[in-house]
Amino acid sequence: MSTPSNAHPSVVTIHGRSRPRVLFSGSRLVEVDLPVGSRVVYPKPPMKGLPDVDAAIRYAIDHPEGGDPLHAKLRPGMKVTIAIDDISLPLPPMRRPDIRERVLDIVLPMLADYGVEDIHLIVATCFHRPMTAGEIERMVGSRTFREYWPDRLYNHDAEKPGGLTEIGTTDAGEVVEISTRAATSDLLIYINLNFVPMDGGHKSAAVGLCGYRSLRAHHTPGAIRKSDSYMDPESSELNHRVVRMGRLLNQHLDVFTIETTVNNRMFGGELAFLAKNEDDWSPREQLAAKALVKTLDTLPMKARQAVFEKVPAPYEVTGVFAGETEAAHAKTLDKCFEQYAVPVEGQADILVTGVPYISPYNVNAFLNPLLVSVLIEGYLHNLYRGVPLVKEGGTVIAFHPCTDHFDKDQHLAYVEFVHKLLPKTRDAMELHKKYEREFASNPAYVQLYRTGNAYHPAHPFFMWYWGENGRQHIGRVIIVGADNEYIPSLLGYETAETFAEALQMARETAPPDPSLTCLHICPMLMADVTPLDDDESARRGLRLLPGGA
Amino acid sequence: MGAHLPERAPATSHRATAYFDVDGTLVKTNLLHPMLHVMLQQPTPLQSLKRLGRAVLAAPSLAAAELRDRRRFNELLFAHYEGMSEDRLVVLAEETYESVIKPRMFQGAADLVAQCHRADLRVVFVTGSLDVTVAPLARELGADAVIANRLEMRKGKATGKLLRPVVAGPGKARLIADDARAIGHDLGDCHGYSDSASDVPMLSVVGHPFCINPDWRLRDLARAYDWAVLDLDRPSPGEGSE
Repeated sequence: MSTPSNAHPSVVTIHGRSRPRVLFSGSRLVEVDLPVGSRVVYPKPPMKGLPDVDAAIRYAIDHPEGGDPLHAKLRPGMKVTIAIDDISLPLPPMRRPDIRERVLDIVLPMLADYGVEDIHLIVATCFHRPMTAGEIERMVGSRTFREYWPDRLYNHDAEKPGGLTEIGTTDAGEVVEISTRAATSDLLIYINLNFVPMDGGHKSAAVGLCGYRSLRAHHTPGAIRKSDSYMDPESSELNHRVVRMGRLLNQHLDVFTIETTVNNRMFGGELAFLAKNEDDWSPREQLAAKALVKTLDTLPMKARQAVFEKVPAPYEVTGVFAGETEAAHAKTLDKCFEQYAVPVEGQADILVTGVPYISPYNVNAFLNPLLVSVLIEGYLHNLYRGVPLVKEGGTVIAFHPCTDHFDKDQHLAYVEFVHKLLPKTRDAMELHKKYEREFASNPAYVQLYRTGNAYHPAHPFFMWYWGENGRQHIGRVIIVGADNEYIPSLLGYETAETFAEALQMARETAPPDPSLTCLHICPMLMADVTPLDDDESARRGLRLLPGGA
Repeated sequence: MGAHLPERAPATSHRATAYFDVDGTLVKTNLLHPMLHVMLQQPTPLQSLKRLGRAVLAAPSLAAAELRDRRRFNELLFAHYEGMSEDRLVVLAEETYESVIKPRMFQGAADLVAQCHRADLRVVFVTGSLDVTVAPLARELGADAVIANRLEMRKGKATGKLLRPVVAGPGKARLIADDARAIGHDLGDCHGYSDSASDVPMLSVVGHPFCINPDWRLRDLARAYDWAVLDLDRPSPGEGSE
């Protein structure tokens, strides 16, 4: 195997004495012996957290990026809506106090000081599942919860009759429609937690508080196909459309954005070694890893999931930026990329990746087969700037059991999508045109979204579209460790019993002496990939990356 | 509104039909609730007492029929309407709706039916109740048609017999299949809603079966077949007051 040269400490080359890499396979960990010369891309070490988060919040809202400080916008008797990011961020949920609670604990007393009494807090769930009362209390803090829930603190309901107000239509014909409460407020304050670069900015209010008419402008297979990477806002068609809509919204509504960033300290204490190069593990960490791999292997599914889920992540806040949406978001993105972006030279013929147990769409639930595909061809594929980690037509080897299991509260509509629609077609365009509208209006599923704990029935479609640019780019996906053949074949994947077998299969369609890169996730990372001369992408004339070649 | 499936159903512009069981599905009542109310509203207390007495005596055979044959249960139950005049039944049905049915309507029932209309679905109630009893609810929720049991009337008075076909259990599946065919809808595109395992045949013939507040037998089946389970009595986790 040939490996392009690289220098960044987070990019490691496998040598003869390297230990096996430990990768996620759902809620299990597997040891993988990569061939000598393979490249492994690790997350950067966690950035240092802010020493005084509360002071940083106060400073940000008093010294905003563009526009007036928050206090200058307040007047007695005004109508204020505070929208908040939902539980899909960060992953897994962070230790208390959640940063959203800390921001609210500063903003709400300030509103009270200025005589603002008409305040509603809306969790900007859009078509995500409604958060439960317990989850909301954990996020906003008990004091705010007691004072506002449920009449003045609630989930956004994108299907509530009369609950949405049309703001206008962009020059490109996109309808901007958001929560009536927010649309009729004198001031909308948005409190964001920016976990990945796709989040935040105009996406917060223009998507988080909108309904189906607005979502149809950008949650389409066409928009995703045109997005080079939707984790890179500059090359994301999805982002371009959202920005157009957000700008229109901000022309009609006074929006004060408060964005926050966290580092990538996903695992604390005894599990912190999972973020490190296996060759750098201490003897104690090696023992702990062996024990963890074996223990997870013997535990039943729910217990395995609990090992990771029951321990909130010790994320630390690295930045707070407030003010005008785009100005604040630019600072946020800088901070995000500072933490996540690892420079990588050249693409790989074969990409190896673990697939974890968690995604933004299964907090406190099982990662069902559709979400497995969202991770492989969606999120993980899009974690790049420049060019994808794998070459066009290349092979991805992914570790996951692909169990045919769904959370019946959150993902019931997904069952029908996977088992009734995918057998008919995997073509995202056909699914979009032929099935989406009718499926999205299914009264029972809409009712479950509005009054239960379920994702909107349009959501499984969006999830399939989310993998569309990866699906168009990747040649083959080979799953190692699947506990059945049916689900991988339904998703369009091949299966192999062992990594060695998968590698052999991948070599059959790869060029001679193929390059292999392993994406060592979790925690979160992104690859700033600059193409080498022999990468087909180099011929596409790509823009240079910040700090890149 | 047609009280029963018309012989030739009118053409419809809807894309499919949503078939709703009523008792236990949209309202927290069973067939006995309206009947008891009707019996208590007889012209004199003595007449009420006589009808109630007869019903109490028939209770063991009703219970046995409920376990063995839903159709027989309906026939035994509605035999107690014998001798009641048609116009009196209509008046009592309105009263029954206001005092028995409406207060027991599930919180989300109206929303769900409204969502069906928004989704361009024709709404049909399929119930073992009498057509006259379910008519006010159907009107209130905007059902497009009702498939219900009908009393045989002779000289303006109920004979206590049900007209054929009796709407119950497996018979509901055949009736909705006939209805869908008559209206030109593919059953695979149609939706079915029920709370009871006795309606499994009806749920099995539609492409989109849903269980509402199901009994334990239906809940088990729903789990096995991945049928969605809705709790229409659950308030929204946070509706706010926008």
